[in-house]
Amino acid sequence: MFTNINVSQIFVLDQDEALEFYVGKLGLEVHTDVDLGFMRWLTVNVPGDPDRQILLERPGPPSMDEATAAQVRELVSKGVMGGWVGFVTDDCRRTYDELSAKQVEFTDGPNEQPYGIDAGIRDPFGNKLRFVQPAP
Amino acid sequence: MSREVEQQNRRMLRARDAMDRRYAEPLDITALARIAHVSEAHFIRTFRATFGETPHRYLQRRRVERAMALLCSTDGSITDICMSVGFSSLGTFSRTFREIVGESPKDYRAAHPGVDRVPTHFSMAWTRPSEMSSSFGEEPGSGSA
Repeated sequence: MFTNINVSQIFVLDQDEALEFYVGKLGLEVHTDVDLGFMRWLTVNVPGDPDRQILLERPGPPSMDEATAAQVRELVSKGVMGGWVGFVTDDCRRTYDELSAKQVEFTDGPNEQPYGIDAGIRDPFGNKLRFVQPAP
Repeated sequence: MSREVEQQNRRMLRARDAMDRRYAEPLDITALARIAHVSEAHFIRTFRATFGETPHRYLQRRRVERAMALLCSTDGSITDICMSVGFSSLGTFSRTFREIVGESPKDYRAAHPGVDRVPTHFSMAWTRPSEMSSSFGEEPGSGSA
C-alpha cells in the first residue's frame, strides 16, 4: 500500500512570481523546473526534504480550457480554491518575524493552539499556507 | 477573467483578511477601502460582488463564529464572550447569534463540543455560520453591532 506522499499540488497564477515567493521569501528550494512543452513542471520542496515536492501548477490549456482556467483563477484570487500547504517549523514566532520582515502577508498568528503554535499566510495569488511549531 | 479582476479579487481578499484579524474592532470601512485601493462606496459594492455579502454581514458572521468557538472551548461568561468578539450589547449579541445560528448562545454551548484539533483556518472556515435570516441588519459602516 501507500508509503508516503511525494507530490502535492497548488494552483498559482504566475510561476515566476510563485518562484519569487516560495523560494525567495519562504526559503523553499527548487526541486524541478523543466519545460515539458505542454506545461512547465515546477516543483519545490522544503530544504532537506526532497521527497515531498509541491507542484506549482498554472491553470490553463491544454489541461483545461480557457473558460475553466478563468474560473480556477477567480477562485484562487478569492482565496477559496482550497489548495493549501502546511509547513512545520521549530520556532513559529521566529519564523513569523523573519517572514514579516520580508513583507509576507499574514492572515493570523502566531496562535497558541492545543496542537502547537501556528500562523497563517497567503501566497501572492490568494492560497492559504500555514506553519506550525508542534506541541512537545 | 482579466488580470485586473484577479488583482481586484486579491485586494478584496487582503481587506477581508484584515477584518478576520481585527474582528473585535469596529468596522472601519475607510481603512479597509484603503487596503483594497478603492473608494469606500466602491469597496462595499465590490466586496459584495466578490464574496456575496456586505462587509458588515461578513464581520458579524466572523464574530459569531468566534463566539461559537469560545462558548465551546472556554468557561467564560456569555457577556464576556459577547464583548470579547466585538459586540457592545448583550441583547444585540444574543439576538444576532440566534438569527445566524438558530439557537441561543446558552443552548449552543450546551449542545456542541469544542473544535480544537484542526488547523485554525479550517475551524474558522468550517465553523463559520451561514446566514439564516435575510432580515439581518446590513447597514454599512456600523461598527460594533
